[in-house]
Amino acid sequence: MAQKTKRAMTGAECSAEAMRQVNPDVVAAYPITPQTDIMHAFAQFVADGTVDTDLITVESEHSAMSACVGAGAAGARTMTATSANGLALMWEIIYVASGLRIPMVMNVVNRALSGPINIHCDHSDSMGCRDSGWIQLYSENGEEAYENTLMAVKISEHPDVLLPVMVCQDGFITSHCVETAETIDDETIKNFIGTYNPHYPLLDVDKPVTYGALDLFDYYFEHKRQQLLAIENSKPVIKKVFEEFGKISGKNYDFFESYMLEDAERVIFCSNSSAGSARVVVDELRAKGEKVGLLKMRVFRPWLNEMVVEKLKNAKAVAVLDRSASFGAIGGPLFMEVRSSFHESAHKPSIINYIYGLGGRELDLDQIRKVFSELEDVKNGNTGELLKYLGVRE
Amino acid sequence: MVNIRELALDGERLVSGHRLCPGCGLSIIARAVMRGTKDPIIVSNATGCLEVSTTIYPFTAWDVPWIHNAFENAAATISGAESAYNVLKKKGKITKNIKFLAFGGDGGTYDIGLQSLSGALERGHTFVYVCVDNEGYMNTGIQRSSSTPMGAWTNTSAVGKAHQGKEQYKKDLTAVVAGHHIPYVAQASPHNYMDLVRKAEKAFNTKGPAFINVLSPCVPGWKYPAQLTIKMAKLAVDTCFWPLYEIENGVWTLNYNPGPNKKPITEWLKTQGRFRHLMKPENAHIVEAIQKNIDERWEELKKWCGKN
Repeated sequence: MAQKTKRAMTGAECSAEAMRQVNPDVVAAYPITPQTDIMHAFAQFVADGTVDTDLITVESEHSAMSACVGAGAAGARTMTATSANGLALMWEIIYVASGLRIPMVMNVVNRALSGPINIHCDHSDSMGCRDSGWIQLYSENGEEAYENTLMAVKISEHPDVLLPVMVCQDGFITSHCVETAETIDDETIKNFIGTYNPHYPLLDVDKPVTYGALDLFDYYFEHKRQQLLAIENSKPVIKKVFEEFGKISGKNYDFFESYMLEDAERVIFCSNSSAGSARVVVDELRAKGEKVGLLKMRVFRPWLNEMVVEKLKNAKAVAVLDRSASFGAIGGPLFMEVRSSFHESAHKPSIINYIYGLGGRELDLDQIRKVFSELEDVKNGNTGELLKYLGVRE
Repeated sequence: MVNIRELALDGERLVSGHRLCPGCGLSIIARAVMRGTKDPIIVSNATGCLEVSTTIYPFTAWDVPWIHNAFENAAATISGAESAYNVLKKKGKITKNIKFLAFGGDGGTYDIGLQSLSGALERGHTFVYVCVDNEGYMNTGIQRSSSTPMGAWTNTSAVGKAHQGKEQYKKDLTAVVAGHHIPYVAQASPHNYMDLVRKAEKAFNTKGPAFINVLSPCVPGWKYPAQLTIKMAKLAVDTCFWPLYEIENGVWTLNYNPGPNKKPITEWLKTQGRFRHLMKPENAHIVEAIQKNIDERWEELKKWCGKN
């Protein structure tokens, strides 16, 4: 029987706690705010000998991801963490990691990309990697970052998947904010994670393998097709891992998680910490008898469009909240996914987009109230502008 | 140290069938280096001629575990593999002694991969890094690198009315690496095969990082007949353009001193098409500057090696 403990923890501590329980063979990381608190906590575990990990304190994020690829290919259970510009510096090797089908888990503490430089939260960093072939899990709070990190290991290493996974949480808002988080005992987690049996490790010197061969027009496409299949295959694997971990934690996990959606006419779709704020406003408006609800995204890649359609089947007006911009596009990245999910659907709610919170601009409850209020007009057929901005001085 | 006949009896770790140019120095060097240990080797290879020519999918010429990650990160990649080995060995999942080897060209080592190399050296991983220095970005079609010598023509240090090839001296990477105070640093050449294998053996037996910089003559990049590769390497050493030396735990040793037989640099320059323009009378001052630089550096090296 799983022993659960409730503690006051920051999101960063939650991620580090999950990493401690995973006890990875190799962690290679480079300091960047606000990821640093994860690595401070984890480095202490290394110093105390509570993990067996070889911590490679590299000279850049490019080398962090490069060393992770080397360690993963060698056959080590591998993890790292980064934010913003660090993720951007890794970018070249992000694609190598997924292209060489190397399982690993990276905590991404979401932070706005430069320039201008900013250290606070938005999702431009992880959204910039949306086409990189990594599975992406998003976390509303520290507890979810903990759970997602543990589940990510299992998803990543599954023989049908063999893809790297990013676990995202909001910089400062989640990473540095203390909340009550429930963790599960080491023994239960150890059994859940299981041992790692790497595929074709470099360290199996009796069976030499070549990783990263030159792959030209005659084979590259087939390998990319296999990679596309792998992320497709991850859908049932993620579902199964969610169910398995749900039995331990007693909670339900899904690609998209509904709140008060059953009869909701006006719905906010969002990810990470904003879901917590939206839930408060949903409760408030529900108390007044308004039919509002929330759909929170936990998994961005792979995208389960049928589930979005199914979960929003009763909605009349949907506002998609994007914490990153796609410059020159019709809207933010989440908006484009949600909107195109309904293309084949007979029922199409009116869907509008709000870009909010760039560079850590606060999303307060009044802004969410405003969204629900404007959705009333949308519901009544006055869609107005498809793309709006929340909390910006114009 | 075994002799060359015994070495030749060992199996090859980089086998035939690769697509390197006839006369290429890279495969000669790679095979010689891997004869420096009988232990299993894991190889990390930076993007470059050696990488693209030996692993064109679905073929591989490597009979050892081998990884190509990207251009600038052969050192970081091998450091990850070495860390994995250390942990898994401690856990008892691996029992064999395995050596770790990285190959990078001068582009991947002097330039874009310098940071990755420096980081891995400073962290003290036990691995051997071999720079196969052909003095330019030959894989991308002959462009200048910080290793390209003064006066050399490349496609990005062209020769015309206003400019006469590269206008900067070659970076002294071996000295840069020596500045990391790692246990073993050496400079070697494929023409002195036993010296190269001996240095590789020392490098593989080093606890901590070891670095060997090997000059690798390039037929299309240097523009000389393919059968003269070994001669090109030898002339570079005999002119003291590429001295052979090693630094063991801080002690500098000169491995070869031509003494009074030191050849003028023109002996080396005139045999290569990339320096052809330097043979014109109006460019004599460039050759003089090159010779002066070589002489100064040679005297300096001899001081460092205590052979003043």
